[in-house]
Amino acid sequence: MSKLAGKTVLIIEDEPNIIEAISFILSRDGSTVHTHSNGQTAIEAVAERAPDLIVLDVMLPGRSGYDILKDLRNAEATAQTPVLMLTARGQMKDREMALEYGANKFMTKPFSNADVLEAVRELATS
Amino acid sequence: MAERATERALAGSRIRERRIAQGLRQAELALDVGISASYLNLIEHNRRRIGGKLLQNIAQRLDVEPSLLADGAERAVVARLSAVAERFGEEAGQAEASDFAARFPGWANLVIRSSRRVQELERNVETLTDRLTHDPHLAATLHEVLSTVTAIRSTASILTETREIEPEWRDRFHRNINEDATRLAEGAQALVGFLDGVGDAHSEVSSPQEEFAAFLSAYSWHFPALEEGQASAADSYLKGALQLKSSSAHAIAARYLKCYAEDAGKMPLRAFEEAVTEQGIDPLGLASRFGVDTASAMRRIATLQGLDCGIVVCDASGTMILRKPVEGFPIPRFGAACPLWPLFQALSRPMVAMADTVTQPARGGGGEESRFQAFAVAQPVLSASYGREPLLEATMLIVPAEAGEGKASKQEQAQKIGSSCRVCPRDGCLARREPSIMTSGF
Repeated sequence: MSKLAGKTVLIIEDEPNIIEAISFILSRDGSTVHTHSNGQTAIEAVAERAPDLIVLDVMLPGRSGYDILKDLRNAEATAQTPVLMLTARGQMKDREMALEYGANKFMTKPFSNADVLEAVRELATS
Repeated sequence: MAERATERALAGSRIRERRIAQGLRQAELALDVGISASYLNLIEHNRRRIGGKLLQNIAQRLDVEPSLLADGAERAVVARLSAVAERFGEEAGQAEASDFAARFPGWANLVIRSSRRVQELERNVETLTDRLTHDPHLAATLHEVLSTVTAIRSTASILTETREIEPEWRDRFHRNINEDATRLAEGAQALVGFLDGVGDAHSEVSSPQEEFAAFLSAYSWHFPALEEGQASAADSYLKGALQLKSSSAHAIAARYLKCYAEDAGKMPLRAFEEAVTEQGIDPLGLASRFGVDTASAMRRIATLQGLDCGIVVCDASGTMILRKPVEGFPIPRFGAACPLWPLFQALSRPMVAMADTVTQPARGGGGEESRFQAFAVAQPVLSASYGREPLLEATMLIVPAEAGEGKASKQEQAQKIGSSCRVCPRDGCLARREPSIMTSGF
């Protein structure tokens, strides 16, 4: 059963093969997936219409995921949009910082597809 | 009362007290610091004031902080003791510290020096922690490796778990895995390179050995003024060395330059170069020709420009005290090296010159192995005492195979060695002491 049917997910990640893999599993679960490898263009894109959920990488070229998250929370359209943060750093302070900046969930790389799918379903349908 | 007594103590008296405590004769100390015994006698009886460089030299010879010898030293000692107490959260009053310094000057000195050492070690820990957590190269490489692993895991999982997958998607995911596997290998190599530290002598350093390595690297291991026999040249090199930040590194470098100058004196550069051209890289033959020991000849070969030979020297504990890496033969920056190195075999056969063909695995574990001739010998470094074993030091000269061919023992096949277990990809090695990140980590 497609639990994400009708949901729109935005992936902000600079690693193309991770984008492709996550897009594939989320699409298979019924969602419409948009992707951006640059945080700034993503912010501009979501200003008009917010997705149902954002998957955001911490280490992005140019600006960090934390800065992008701050801007997302300050924008009216995405102030309440659930955000799942992905990072290669799993230290407690990174987790704390992500939550402090307004992330709803935090996952450390390398993660499993099942974990990502479960987290997205939980956040997008809550 | 105690405070008044310590106030009266003068620098000369303190020098005299410490000299006698160490069993040094006045003439010996005077000679060591370059003054006459009669002048030292005047100082010790407080008839001449002392300060500056001479005070520092005497303090260094007596292995004590200069400030603990200087006039007014007790006030400085008491202030430092109070600072130590405060640092560790102890409540020690001025009178208590003053009494302690007056009654137990040696212990007071020890407390201060220990505290300083603790601070130095804390700084080192901070530096190393900082390096691991904030080194931009390490952070970027780790991020790259983890992202690639994530991509491979997700993609492989899709291929395995998705029952029906369109051919174009399947082909695309296969291609992605292939790309990511290549990137992962590169990332792993970059990490191993960081851990190896090959050719990394220019990076920021923190340990005395690293400072010393940076110093040698800055001069390309060649000191022209010492080749010309200029007696004061070593001091000039040391004074101008920005790489030697700690006194320990300074002392290590001073010892090395002394040895270098002695080698240069016994094996003049031009004659030695001619001999190498004539005989090839043959430490035993060259040692015999110049009437020197084998290790000296190895050191001399290693510093010849244009030969690209490496050298490692270790003490009897196996601790490396001199290392000159050569392309393809990584020498670990931290921790222990491969126990199969002829360097360590030599320690069990003192005075026997060994020559072996060895191979190092290619970077990343694949490709052709790098081949070398390794010459090694362990020799006494201190004259033996009656009834005691001499203290040994082992030296290994590393010669890229083409240059050293013909002089090594031909009786056996090449010995397969590594850098250190942590980054060695060899499976089934009997000498392995810990798992490798090259085989178990990735």
